[in-house]
Amino acid sequence: MSVLVWTYIFVGLSFSLYLGIAWLSRVRDTQGFYVAGRGVPAAANGMATAADWMSAASFISMAGLISTMGYAGGVYLMGWTGGFVLLALLIAPYLRKFGQFTVPDFIGDRFDSRTARLVAVVCAVFISFTYVAGQMRGVGVVFSRFLEVDVTVGVMIGMVIVFIYATLGGMKGITWTQVAQYWVLITAFLVPAFAISFKLTGIFLPQAGLGSELVGQGVFFFEKLNQIQHDLGFGSYTEPFLGSWDKVNVFCLTLALMAGTAGLPHVIVRFYTVKSPRAARWSGFWALFFIAGLYLTAPPVAGFARYYMLEGLNGSTEEQLPSWFTSWEKTGLILWLDDGDGIVRYTADERNEIFRTGSKNSAEMSQIFRQHQLFVSSGGASGVDGRMVMREAGLSGPDRDIIVLATPEMAGLAEWIIAFVAAGGLAAALSTASGLLLVISSSVAHDLYYRILRPQATEKQRLLVGRSVIGVAVVIAGIFGVYPPGFVSEVVAFAFGLAAASFFPAIVLGIFSRRVGTVPAIAGMVVGVAFTANYIIMTVYGGMSYWTFGISANGISPQAIGALGMVLNFAVTLGLTPFFPAPSDKVQRLIARVREPEETTPAVAIETAMEH
Amino acid sequence: MSSPKPLSPTDDLHRRYWKYNLRLMIVLLAVWALAGLGCGILWADVLNQWNLPGTGYPLGFWFAHQGSILVFVVLILIYALAMDRLDRTLRSDVLAQAEREGNR
Repeated sequence: MSVLVWTYIFVGLSFSLYLGIAWLSRVRDTQGFYVAGRGVPAAANGMATAADWMSAASFISMAGLISTMGYAGGVYLMGWTGGFVLLALLIAPYLRKFGQFTVPDFIGDRFDSRTARLVAVVCAVFISFTYVAGQMRGVGVVFSRFLEVDVTVGVMIGMVIVFIYATLGGMKGITWTQVAQYWVLITAFLVPAFAISFKLTGIFLPQAGLGSELVGQGVFFFEKLNQIQHDLGFGSYTEPFLGSWDKVNVFCLTLALMAGTAGLPHVIVRFYTVKSPRAARWSGFWALFFIAGLYLTAPPVAGFARYYMLEGLNGSTEEQLPSWFTSWEKTGLILWLDDGDGIVRYTADERNEIFRTGSKNSAEMSQIFRQHQLFVSSGGASGVDGRMVMREAGLSGPDRDIIVLATPEMAGLAEWIIAFVAAGGLAAALSTASGLLLVISSSVAHDLYYRILRPQATEKQRLLVGRSVIGVAVVIAGIFGVYPPGFVSEVVAFAFGLAAASFFPAIVLGIFSRRVGTVPAIAGMVVGVAFTANYIIMTVYGGMSYWTFGISANGISPQAIGALGMVLNFAVTLGLTPFFPAPSDKVQRLIARVREPEETTPAVAIETAMEH
Repeated sequence: MSSPKPLSPTDDLHRRYWKYNLRLMIVLLAVWALAGLGCGILWADVLNQWNLPGTGYPLGFWFAHQGSILVFVVLILIYALAMDRLDRTLRSDVLAQAEREGNR
């Protein structure tokens, strides 16, 4: 059977599984719709959180990023896992004890202010939308490559599936589908990694394989890879702080990703679904445990794929090119502009012949190819050197997404495994998209409609509004997926900076300080977000050069600015606090209640204690 | 709490619980910072002089790509276990307190 047939089988099977789970876990009340009735066991919630967290970016793009960045790729590994320590120690158990539905709920009640709630709603919706657009795009890319359908059709199929199971089962349906999606995506990621590790190093466990010697060469894998990188003019793979990735930027970006992770609303709400604060701590552990399964495997995949890429391509003639190259050439993720000698060169200098299409359309590409052919056949007398055009457009080297998607083919794995990776990529994108859609739905239907606009709404009305908002959000997300704004991938990285500069300090201070009042907290959030957003917009779109802040000669990159925004938020909030009144007695009781462990002060059932 | 009412013995137990919780958190977060931000970034260039014993991993690189993640998982595990124990201790203390008050 061909890859295509296998892919249809796996995608069909996994989609029917998701729909079946959705039907079994359909819900009738808002408690079930927003927080799955608070009955999800810790380990299951950990798995769901892991699937929710690991998006198309983690599954498809991250290993590719590490593959080209080497050491500096560690910022994503450390940032996106270290955040869970902050989450489990500083945030999750307390917010679960607080026991409402959303993050704006906490901000609004703790700082006793509608303005604070509104600021939080705007942040939550903005962060979630930028994210979900990227997911829908991921669905479209996987569909178009593996099922050979149009990207638009792919996005539509994804929209329909997510719409059905998100509206039917709400958080409950989403949670149990995510548990299934976790297993699909982790299997799809691990199997090729084990195979490729065994092929190169003779050791099955990829983490051990990466640190050992190459089969039959008696030299450590890293020594060999660094040697090849050096010979071709690339920077060392393992050496830290090369180029613009200086120590300060690596530090700040990692910190921004960590704090951003702990402040992302779609991750935090997952901890509202468990039974107790204790279960929230444990599900924090299980979440990182399951996430680590993929994050510890991404570096080996990245390293091995880098080796295959450099060794497999360099010096090949057209006939010798590996089969994965020809099958991915069609997608434009990788392409070859020969200089006339018929031998592939993939290097860091101007003689490099490997590029990617990027955002260039097929008309532009065929123009470049024609001109380049002319250039080569006339010996430079006429035509335009395509290599120069592509290099100046910043399109040197293959697209990073190819690394994970083509790894099974590089390792020469069976067709059904290649097809399974497609199902894994779809699972990763769909699970994250559904979690984000629920945050958008709860922010609008719960925080805005119910808590601010119509507090007298009945349970039925609230549920209907919740479901309709998901419907609208799915359509908007789909439109973003079909017509991606050029900045989606950048904005996703910026969302972390914004979350770090807004939610993280507000939540942490809300729990750990009894003194911080309304005005300082709102001022801190507004200043933090304004500073971060402003710096990003000015440097990326306004042409402003990076500020050095006296700590980095290269200037702070806009991705890393969230760390400074966070520090600024803390400083403003704490600096203003002495000049404003302490929170009211009502809020003091709320803080005390959030800090107390469960079941020691009897006679107060948490869920029924407060009217919401 | 800011309210001036006198502390009950149970409040005192809760205060001690919270203090212990904060101490535990600070210790674990210190390890978090040392492993991730310290070994993985600040001292990565120095640590890279050596390999992780018995492997080809440069040490700083290993911390950034593998070690820190392993440390993070273990930290949350320790926190969950320690807090479980603390919760149990507090519960039995509160019960004992209630019993003493009942006897009086």
